[in-house]
Amino acid sequence: MSRVDSIEIASENSYIIYFCEPNSTVISATVSAKIAATTAQIKHQLGHHLLDLVPSYASLLVIFNSASCDHLWVKQQLRSALSRPLAGQQKTSKLVKLPVFYSTEYGPELSLLAANAKLSVEQTIDLHCATEYRVYAIGFAPGFAYLGEVDERLAAPRLATPRLKVPTGAVAIADRQTAVYPAPSPGGWNLIGLCPTPMFNPQQVPHMPVNVGDRIQFYPIDQAEYVTLGGQLHEF
Amino acid sequence: MSFKVLQPGLLSLLQDLGRFGQHEIGLTSSGPLDGEAFAWANRILNNAANACAIEVSFGGLQLQAQTDSYICITGAALDFSINGVNKPLWHSHKVVAGDQVKLGYSSQGCRTYVAVAGGFNIEQSFGSCATVMREKIGGLNGLKLAANDLLPCATVQHHDRLSLAPQHQPVYAESANLRLVLGYQHNLFDAATKARLQHSQYKVTDRSDRMGMRLQGPSIACPSQQMLSEGIALGAVQVPADGQPIVLLNDRQTIGGYPKLGSVIARDTSCLAQLRPGNTITFEIIDLYQAHTINTLAQLKFDATPLLHTKD
Repeated sequence: MSRVDSIEIASENSYIIYFCEPNSTVISATVSAKIAATTAQIKHQLGHHLLDLVPSYASLLVIFNSASCDHLWVKQQLRSALSRPLAGQQKTSKLVKLPVFYSTEYGPELSLLAANAKLSVEQTIDLHCATEYRVYAIGFAPGFAYLGEVDERLAAPRLATPRLKVPTGAVAIADRQTAVYPAPSPGGWNLIGLCPTPMFNPQQVPHMPVNVGDRIQFYPIDQAEYVTLGGQLHEF
Repeated sequence: MSFKVLQPGLLSLLQDLGRFGQHEIGLTSSGPLDGEAFAWANRILNNAANACAIEVSFGGLQLQAQTDSYICITGAALDFSINGVNKPLWHSHKVVAGDQVKLGYSSQGCRTYVAVAGGFNIEQSFGSCATVMREKIGGLNGLKLAANDLLPCATVQHHDRLSLAPQHQPVYAESANLRLVLGYQHNLFDAATKARLQHSQYKVTDRSDRMGMRLQGPSIACPSQQMLSEGIALGAVQVPADGQPIVLLNDRQTIGGYPKLGSVIARDTSCLAQLRPGNTITFEIIDLYQAHTINTLAQLKFDATPLLHTKD
């Protein structure tokens, strides 16, 4: 257990483990890998006493069944999980390649991001595709994966007025995060294209192509390929 | 075999105890806002604790029985009748095919539970039938109940008729004391702020729903607002920059980036969820040992409270 890890109370039946200094807003792949490994270890140790887990950028919320076990035992289990060597468990991280139809028409902020970065649209697309992103957290909506970190030249603040409806598959950027909208929803991220791969399918197992700790790399496709792969086109 | 929805009321949702083990793909837990009233409804019918029932917010639900069964209504007080004859809450009642079950509007409290013998047979999604409209998951196609919906259930001809004695029935007041376990970023809030929280009254605002209750009162702002998004527990007291606390409930987003003081215990989020806009609450800080004792005693009391047998 490194010096910065700490186990704090979150509620009567949950603890939150912090893997960073309080107030830190630094995102790190090393920390994220450690969280993924710890998540697996805690699932194993708590077994049926575990109700739910929320891994995020630098923390892990562990919700337990307080009717079947007590908080002192759980805290002891968490300490023990953190003290175990985590080497070898990181191989569970997989790389998923996702196609994106980058378009100034269907990605209304693509031109703006290119202009801000003083790059051509093609160079902007190349830059978005050049990075292997890590899934830092899943939340906000079912299947919404927060991916980081986007090249700082492409970082862009959220829209001043969020859109009422962002379409399924919209590929978006906010600050140094990128994501694919799994379903239509309101949203304030900058849209740069469309991904035909379903990010959340309640009828299929697994429901998502990625888990927290996995990696995603995007590659460009054209409109015809996007439609062939099942993508839908909606007007803005 | 089923019940047919004649009038859905303002917001009627199929709920079981909730959806667990799915936060990792972003699904919330859902489940009944008032876990205590929900538990009584199922116990009075000898149902499994997780049997699917209807959570009716503010009343107005009307059903038609299309088979013979037994029902029990618990929670917020309202007029409840079968074929126009007023019936008491907290009792199981026999209904036969064709009977009309009518709920008025709640006068005290705002969440009422309608359970049926054996529970409603609703297909589970992600291990639960709890409805989350925002996620379009659970219940009937992720939607609130609508007129003409059919709610499948078993035919039950003979069943014990049980009831909860009045002295054991919860009272839904216009105020509540919420017991809070400090946690999360509580060290970022200074002692004066924590004292202010414990010695002030907060009002429930109308910007409250199944995701969370927004409160209004003396500011308990956190000096630091910058943090990474993290997992949110049931009852978490989130404090945005304006210093007005939000208590997060069953349909909360799984992760969020506002500082949090800790979490209200579930037994008290049940009371909070029965309050209406304008009602008041106070906070009381307790530790994990007290929370453990409160929960253990409450469960012992629930299990040991005898139900009364009613004769037809």
